[in-house]
Amino acid sequence: MSLEQLYTEAQKLSTKQIRDDIVQHLYETSYQLCQEGVSYKKAKKDTKTEKLDAIFTSPIFGFPIMIIMLGIVFYITIAGANVPSTLLADFFGWLEKYLTALFSFLHTPNWLYGMLVLGLYRGTTWVISVMLPPMAIFFPTFALLENYGYLPRVAFNMDRLFKKVGAHGKQSLTMAMGFGCNAAAVISTRIIESPRERMLAILTNNFVPCNGRWGTLIVFASLFMAAGFTGGIKSLVTTGVLVGIVLFGVIVTFFVSWVLSKTLLSGIPTHYTLELPPYRKPKIFDTVIRSSVTKSWSVLVRAVKVAAPAAVLTWVFANINIGDTSILQHAVQFLDPFGKLLGLDGYIMIAFILGLPANEIVLPILLMGYLSTGSLTEVDSMIDLKNIFIAHGWTWLTALNMMLFSLLHYPCGTTLVNIYKETKSKKWTFLAFIIPTVIAILIPFIIAQTVRFFGWM
Amino acid sequence: MGNEYYRIALVGNPNTGKSTLFNALTGLRQHTGNWAGKTVSLAQGSVDFKNKTFQLIDLPGTYSLFSNSKDEEVARNYIAFEKPDVTLVVLDATSLERNFNLALQVMEMTTNVIICINLIDIAEKQGIEIHEKRLMNLMGVPVLKISARNKLGFPMLLDTIDRIVNGDIKCQSFQLKYPEEIEKKILKIEQQIHEIIGDTVSARWVALRILDGDESLINEITKQFKLRGDY
Repeated sequence: MSLEQLYTEAQKLSTKQIRDDIVQHLYETSYQLCQEGVSYKKAKKDTKTEKLDAIFTSPIFGFPIMIIMLGIVFYITIAGANVPSTLLADFFGWLEKYLTALFSFLHTPNWLYGMLVLGLYRGTTWVISVMLPPMAIFFPTFALLENYGYLPRVAFNMDRLFKKVGAHGKQSLTMAMGFGCNAAAVISTRIIESPRERMLAILTNNFVPCNGRWGTLIVFASLFMAAGFTGGIKSLVTTGVLVGIVLFGVIVTFFVSWVLSKTLLSGIPTHYTLELPPYRKPKIFDTVIRSSVTKSWSVLVRAVKVAAPAAVLTWVFANINIGDTSILQHAVQFLDPFGKLLGLDGYIMIAFILGLPANEIVLPILLMGYLSTGSLTEVDSMIDLKNIFIAHGWTWLTALNMMLFSLLHYPCGTTLVNIYKETKSKKWTFLAFIIPTVIAILIPFIIAQTVRFFGWM
Repeated sequence: MGNEYYRIALVGNPNTGKSTLFNALTGLRQHTGNWAGKTVSLAQGSVDFKNKTFQLIDLPGTYSLFSNSKDEEVARNYIAFEKPDVTLVVLDATSLERNFNLALQVMEMTTNVIICINLIDIAEKQGIEIHEKRLMNLMGVPVLKISARNKLGFPMLLDTIDRIVNGDIKCQSFQLKYPEEIEKKILKIEQQIHEIIGDTVSARWVALRILDGDESLINEITKQFKLRGDY
């Protein structure tokens, strides 16, 4: 008998339980060795960490605490970003009047004024005023949690769930990274040793809404979902909707991981050692400065770099006519029937397609598309913003499906490039594109058709 | 020079000061070497002691020796198939409970093991007292306390290596007893494995890995045997 035959034979003796038993036994023996051979002169001093861990990683409180923490971070972000966002938008609006005056003083041709001010300037300032405040609050808050030592506990809590779907517990850390930027998170999957589980983490990372999609999600959650509320309650409802969206993304992550680990990426999850560092009081000043200045700034610079050309391009498309309609209109009309099937419309589809380089620009492109056709030309407040959408036939269903599509759709260009760099495989990069896309089409489709079937709309 | 050569492998969890120990012992006598049929290169260095030359091999830092990652496979394959004369397991004195896992796994694979409990200076500051004699009795192999950073405990370490390769110290590395159910299964296949692979690798260990479904090890054994032409 050869070794291979013996191996096949022996697999009948093996059970799924055996690996756990072996590892558990190793740990028990290590523990006993320590009991016998190591003593502590002073009382073990880090009882604080143990006590906190008993709460944070408890089977009962662990998950509720996690969801509450997530909610708190979102709430702080949303409530805190409101005022500075408005101030920034006002400031840019005020500046635009002077720019307009300057351009008419210089007698610049209309097309140049349109392209530079109505396209480039409006597009990029939009990105800045919508994105900068949430980022400047979200990153530091998240970094504080990280420095405090809470994130490894999240990985610990999630481990059981990930194991059930055949994935790796450290995937929750890469997901946490995804809240900031999926492209960076794809690189961070290097912390997962097993190639199989790493691939799962890469393919599903996109279901965590990155910073570029926050703007979109926050705007629609507050405009359409929390429309009936005001003040603090409004922020609370918006937070609730966002937490719901994020949890839905997590559910999709689990589902896709589970399907993949039963099919394309089959195998059993490897076990691993997760170090739970002691809780430390974070260096608040350092953390806040480093994460808000360096991280927010670099994300913003990237966003503006991509947003600027895209904004110009959109303006050009919207203003160059073929026949009697613009290029943009042709494309919109072409995509409209498909968009309608998903409870969306042609403009939204175009915005997502042109938004491939960066999720940040989806919303500005959408607005420019609507504005280039409607009678409204100025967006002075959030009320105006909502009116633009309503004028184009938006309902809560459109907003919900838009949010879901944004949550689930294909990764941005940078992320795809990183996936290719990390996997060195066209096949997996393509899968990373097609799996979310199919899901992003299916779920809004089902919701739209169900709602219409039951006549809820 | 006529010195006798002995190969000493260093394993340990990441951040246990394994490389500090390696550098402190070998100084500038280092080079990177490939070994038979492998593309992975490992840092090697040597140290002379009493007419002997100890060739030290710095294996990748790992938490375990299951084949979870490339690093773990490299470390595992070296211990299992290259058969170093002595394997030094470097442990972090401040987190022994986690570190012992690796030591236990190494002892399942090979007999000549020395447990080096490093960072002893830091542990003492934290009020951690390690009773190395008691551990030695429990584990059946030499247990030494060292501080690689302060170069404490080196003479004792080199002397212990020397006495193991001379056969003055006989290691009887502690074997984990698994729950009865697993032990029965091990017994069932251990004999057959021994008939196939002989004494080259511990049959008990291979049996355990097979039960755990470690296919990569089987492939590696087959490959190793073909390489040596006795399969």
